[in-house]
Amino acid sequence: MKLGGFLLLLSGWGIVVAAFSVLHGGAVSGFILAGFGVEIIGLALILRAHLPASEDNG
Amino acid sequence: MNVEISLALCLVFILLIPLAIAGLSLINVGLGPSRSAAHFMTSSLCVVAVSLLIYFAFGGAVSQGLYSTPLMALTEPKSPLQPSGIFFHAMPWATVAALPALLMLASVAICSVIPLGAAGVRWRASSASLSTVLLAGFVFPIFFRLIATQYLASGFPRLPGTLDAGGSGFINVTGGLTALSITWLLGPRHGKYSLSGIPAAIPAHNAVYVLFGCMLTWVGWLGLNSAGAMLYAGSGAENSALVIINTTLSAAAAALAAAAVTRIRYRRPDASLIANGWMAGLVASSAGCATFKPTIAIIVGLVAGTLVVFSAEWFELRLRVDDPCGSVSVHAVCGLWGLLAVGIFAGIPGQFMAQIVGIATLLGFIFPMTYGLNWLLNKFSPYRVSPDGERQGLDLHELGADAYPEFVIHSDEFLQR
Repeated sequence: MKLGGFLLLLSGWGIVVAAFSVLHGGAVSGFILAGFGVEIIGLALILRAHLPASEDNG
Repeated sequence: MNVEISLALCLVFILLIPLAIAGLSLINVGLGPSRSAAHFMTSSLCVVAVSLLIYFAFGGAVSQGLYSTPLMALTEPKSPLQPSGIFFHAMPWATVAALPALLMLASVAICSVIPLGAAGVRWRASSASLSTVLLAGFVFPIFFRLIATQYLASGFPRLPGTLDAGGSGFINVTGGLTALSITWLLGPRHGKYSLSGIPAAIPAHNAVYVLFGCMLTWVGWLGLNSAGAMLYAGSGAENSALVIINTTLSAAAAALAAAAVTRIRYRRPDASLIANGWMAGLVASSAGCATFKPTIAIIVGLVAGTLVVFSAEWFELRLRVDDPCGSVSVHAVCGLWGLLAVGIFAGIPGQFMAQIVGIATLLGFIFPMTYGLNWLLNKFSPYRVSPDGERQGLDLHELGADAYPEFVIHSDEFLQR
């Protein structure tokens, strides 16, 4: 789950960079926000993945 | 204002920045246990030394943007980005181009101290120094090159660059995300969480250090934001009063917000969270210190002060991230808020999306990079001290002497029995 989260973070950033380098007009903002949304999902996955690890170390 | 006065003012501002490093170190020491106080301070000095040398050796060459600054454009034609080279060998030291180099060295030193606050008490000093090589040599300069020098936006003129005058992003969020990565890799302190996951309160060993550290950091931050506004945001020296007022008002509002929130939630104000609130206000003010109006700076500070209390609680209780000094909440969370606030309040067309690009780069590229690099380093050189060393205190375990040898050393009253 942790690895998946980090891959989603990188993918989201790829979408953001691709959005303003390839697209034009109103679509740029939409794709930047979409990429950012993917990053948020990735971040949520990473946060969840770290919960059990913390419990083991307690 | 003429160029000579601008340069002199900028130099004075840069010379104030080491006070921020001293203040941050003092806050970390005060919030940690007395048995690791000397270790905290020694580690701070070591990571600052490593960061300066590594940035000088090759970090500066990675970031490259040192030549093209608004201040330089006052005195000579604006040049395109040029590499300063390893060991700054291509740096014309007798020109104005040396000022951004000085500011970068001070910035990377602040950034390197941030992870210690979250990972101290269980992080070996040698590992901290090795990790700083990665931070100062790669993570910090790469983000600076991508965003602060507007490298990403320079090829794509449809989008303005991310505005981050005083380093909410490239100093604080970079340091804060590194702190989070290292805290996860280290795990919580021994005895911090019971088997059922209930966190133990481990109080600060010296609240006076913490609060005095806040005062020192304030002075340092005035220098950091003022110099950053001149060199990175193209703000004139005549705008310095506004930058200083914004920074101060934001910190004041954030400290009072933290005091009010802790008073309401815990029935009495909490000294360490008020200190964190003060710091959160400074951090959040950095990105937009040259563009905010003072009333906006107060709003930014109020949000930061409230955010830091809930964030610290959320990380400790829900996510079980053991961050003794609240570094992740103060620097990462409130730094991100500072970047976002510029997009919301600056009133520049397209700036909101530009700030989102900056935040997305921090979360989507810098965070995986710093986590991956530290994960790899942890495999080769384990970060965590032995359980015995942690129990004994890092002063005795790693340095062989206590910070307070003539005082009675208390027993393990905070450890689980």
